[in-house]
Amino acid sequence: MAFTLYSLIQAAILCINAVAVLHEERFLSKIGWGVDQSVGGFGDEPGIKVQLMNLIRSVRTVMRGGKFKFTGKHKDRNEN
Amino acid sequence: FTYYSGFHSKPRARAAPPAGDSVLFEDTSSAAPAMNSQGYYTSGYNMGGPSNDMQGGGGMNNLFADPMANAAMMYGSSLANQGKDMVNKEISRFMTVNKLKYFFAVDTRYVLKKLMILMFPYTHQDWEVRYHRDTPLTPRQDVNASDLYIPTMAFITYILLAGMALGIQKRFSPEVLGLCASTALVWVIIEVLVMLLSLYLLTVHTDLSTFDLIAYSGYKYVGMIFTVLCGLLFGSDGYFVAFAWSSFALMFFIVRSLKMKILPSLSSDSMGMGSNAKPQLRLYITVASALFQPIIIYWLTSHLVR
Repeated sequence: MAFTLYSLIQAAILCINAVAVLHEERFLSKIGWGVDQSVGGFGDEPGIKVQLMNLIRSVRTVMRGGKFKFTGKHKDRNEN
Repeated sequence: FTYYSGFHSKPRARAAPPAGDSVLFEDTSSAAPAMNSQGYYTSGYNMGGPSNDMQGGGGMNNLFADPMANAAMMYGSSLANQGKDMVNKEISRFMTVNKLKYFFAVDTRYVLKKLMILMFPYTHQDWEVRYHRDTPLTPRQDVNASDLYIPTMAFITYILLAGMALGIQKRFSPEVLGLCASTALVWVIIEVLVMLLSLYLLTVHTDLSTFDLIAYSGYKYVGMIFTVLCGLLFGSDGYFVAFAWSSFALMFFIVRSLKMKILPSLSSDSMGMGSNAKPQLRLYITVASALFQPIIIYWLTSHLVR
C-alpha cells in the first residue's frame, strides 16, 4: 500500500464524518450508548465504554459547531 | 488624538535611517500587516515613480551606490521580520519549542549507547527514566530518556537508503522517493494516533507525551536500516536473518520501555481499586504495539529487497 499524505487526510476526514453523523436519539440510545446513560461510575475509573461515549459526544459537539441551524430544522421536522 | 499621532509615528520610525525614502515606506508599512500582496503592488508602483527623481539625489545615500538597492534591502528586511514574527506566533500555538529542545539535547555518547541498546537490549539492566525534581533528565544525562534526534536521522537515512536500494535494482525514479517518504510518515502518524487513542480510552495516567510516542515509533527505523543494509549486502537470507534479529531486539526494547511508563502508573489516588481488566488491558497495549513493529518493518522494507 503506497500512502500519500493526502490519503491520510481523506481517511481522517471520512472517519470523523462517520462519527459526527451518528444520531443521538435514533441510534445511540437504542444500543445503549446515549449520553444520558453514561453517568454511572463515580470514582476515577470510568471504563472503556464511558470513555468511548464521551469521545463520540465530544467529536459530535465539535463538528456540529457551525451547523446548529441545520440540525434544528431536522429535529422540528421529525417531531411530528 | 493620541491614536492618530501614534498611527503616524510607526512608519516614520521604520523609515528613519534613509532620510529620503520616507515616501516609499509610508505606503508599505501601513498596508503590510493586513494585505501583503496589495502593499507590494503599491510599493512597486511607487518605487517606479520616485526613482526618476532619486537619481539626482543619490549622492546623499552613502550606504549603497544605488539607492534603489538600499530601499529594496530595507523593504526586504522589514518584510522578513514580519514573516518571522508571524511564523513564530503560529508555531507557538501548537507546540512549545522548549519541550522540543529537550528531545534534541543529545551528545555522541548518548547516541552510541542508545543505538547499542536498540540493537542489543538484552544486557541493559536499568530501564528506569531518572528524574530530577519532577522533570525528566535530558538525554545527555540519562540513557533511558527518549529523544527525537535518532528517529529523525534514522527516518531520513531510511529514505535515502530506499532510494539507493531501488536504484540498484534499476527501479528508481524521483516520485518513488517521495512516495516512500510519505508512506513511512503516514504509518508513523497512524501508529501514534492509535497509541494515543488507546491510552485515552483506557484512562492510563502516564507522562508519555505525543513526542515520546513519536520517538518510540521512530526507533524502528534504526532496525529497518539495519535490515535493508543486510538485505542488500547478503541477499535474501541476510535480509531474513537481520529482520528476525532487529524485530526481536525492537520488541524487547519496546516492551521493557513501555512497561516502565504504562504499567505501574496506578496513580496514588486510586487506592488499589482498579478492576481486574485494567492491568491486562495495559499489558495488551504494550504487547500489541510491540507486535506491530515487525509487521511494519516487513511491510516497509520487503519491497526494497526482492
